Amino acid sequence: MLKINDINVYYGVIHALKGVSLEINQGEIVTLIGANGAGKSTLLKTISGLLKPKTGEILFENEHVAGKVAQSIVKRGISHVPEGRRVFANMSVEENLELGAYLRKDKKGIKEDFEKVYQLFPRLLERKKQLSGTLSGGEQQMLAMGRALMARPRLLILDEPSMGLAPLLVKTIFRIIEEINQSGTTILLVEQNANMALSIADRAYVIETGKIVASGTSAELSQSDQIRNAYLGGH
Amino acid sequence: MEQFIQQLVNGISLGSIYALIALGYTMVYGIVKLINFAHGDVFMVGAFIGFYSITILDLGFFPALLIAMTACAIFGVLIERIAYKPLRNATRIAALITAIGVSLFIEYGTIYIRGAQPEAYPNNIIPLKSLDLFGVKISSQSVLILAVSLFLMILLQFIVHKTKIGKAMRAVSHDMDAAKLMGINVNNTISATFAIGSALAGAAGVIFGMYYTKIEPLMGIIPGLKAFVAAVLGGIGIIPGAMAGGLLLGVIESLVSAAGFSLWRDGVAFVVLILILIFRPAGLFGKNVREKV
Ligand SMILES: Nc1ncnc2c1ncn2[C@@H]1O[C@H](COP(=O)(O)OP(=O)(O)O)[C@@H](O)[C@H]1O
Ligand SMILES: [Mg+2]
Repeated sequence: MLKINDINVYYGVIHALKGVSLEINQGEIVTLIGANGAGKSTLLKTISGLLKPKTGEILFENEHVAGKVAQSIVKRGISHVPEGRRVFANMSVEENLELGAYLRKDKKGIKEDFEKVYQLFPRLLERKKQLSGTLSGGEQQMLAMGRALMARPRLLILDEPSMGLAPLLVKTIFRIIEEINQSGTTILLVEQNANMALSIADRAYVIETGKIVASGTSAELSQSDQIRNAYLGGH
Repeated sequence: MEQFIQQLVNGISLGSIYALIALGYTMVYGIVKLINFAHGDVFMVGAFIGFYSITILDLGFFPALLIAMTACAIFGVLIERIAYKPLRNATRIAALITAIGVSLFIEYGTIYIRGAQPEAYPNNIIPLKSLDLFGVKISSQSVLILAVSLFLMILLQFIVHKTKIGKAMRAVSHDMDAAKLMGINVNNTISATFAIGSALAGAAGVIFGMYYTKIEPLMGIIPGLKAFVAAVLGGIGIIPGAMAGGLLLGVIESLVSAAGFSLWRDGVAFVVLILILIFRPAGLFGKNVREKV
């Protein structure tokens, strides 16, 4: 579904992604784990068109999308839930969700998706008219995910959805990610919480200072000593 | 007392002109974080387009207003696309200096094209009648100014809060990257913001010409600066703030002249600016911004 071949991304002179390649198949949950500053968010932003790779290619459903603007990426079916949620704090929950469906014209489908999102996150329905800036961190995460789903994506990419959340909420969020996946959406999940991420993912990639250093099925990586020492607390 | 109310009415009329200009400043600042110093000159261009529509094309007030607003909307978009867009990722100071350059270019470009001589707005475009309101004489012009400004502000609120482009504008001004992730075309949204802000300035130009009758190529400088003060007073980037700031500034100015300090009329705006920057830098409607982690 998504195929990244040898991309290089720079911030000015900083070489943030060094020849990264990665592949995601239809229906999978793939996780990308790595330490702070490894380049995870950079990779996601490059996929969603916020950054342009200097070299290399990105294929989504066999079409070249590297360097295309974010608008065209969303239109093709990739939604990105950014790190830190980035909800529109000055707007209501409902307006945030509306913006998620910005490019869609099918009124009926949008209405259905509103219902689906409210079913998935009942909290959002309760707070529909509330300014999203007044929501708790967990609720904002739900809103950011709901907003991304309003675009009806085929690939959903999530950047550290568990960041800053209480353990119980983290469990809820991960359960919902699995639910979204089961209803047919492919998922690319970036996490520092490697234990949790590997527990729901089919496959995983490990990134270190801009390079993919390991990849495999979640089971394989959970067994690897090197990965356990570096990312799973060594147990 | 009568005199006081009379001055209050004058102040509100003047203030609604400031408010219309201030809205453009604040909307543009809200979305691209640029103080568009050429905004006062768009107001001037609007006044002249209205003037020529009335005198040469022989049109009435409302058609002239519409033409001025449309022309200014296009003009504003051109300014943004040509002068500011290439600098979107440049330093703020570079953009600011460019804005000052654009301002001078429009002012002296206008003088080059039509000369520096002032024009007198025809004062017979709307019937000049005085309305008697509890013993206070209010000119029909004041009423019209107020009605038009009020209508435009309500229309703006409607656009910003209820329409798709308005929601996109709010999203982009809050978080440009997140807006892009929604599929919002940021360039078009910024253009729309310049178009709307410039149209309001154009309307203010026509209204100003009708009210004060004299227009000239440098007429945008002082009202532009004062509208900027009004925008800061209300809280730059906040739309209701610009409306309130404009009205408040107009009323303060009129009352200061009514109290016998008419020489201070122009100075008082800057006293207000200094006071607000010292005591409430975020403006009357602004909140102390705290980053949420
Ligand atoms: N806007 C930026 N400008 C310059 N350098 C950046 C920028 N964003 C990230 N970087 C650098 O790129 C590297 C990767 O960052 P990032 O992708 O955010 O890492 P991660 O998401 O894995 O924590 C880091 O060294 C970071 O300092
Ligand atoms: Mg990150």
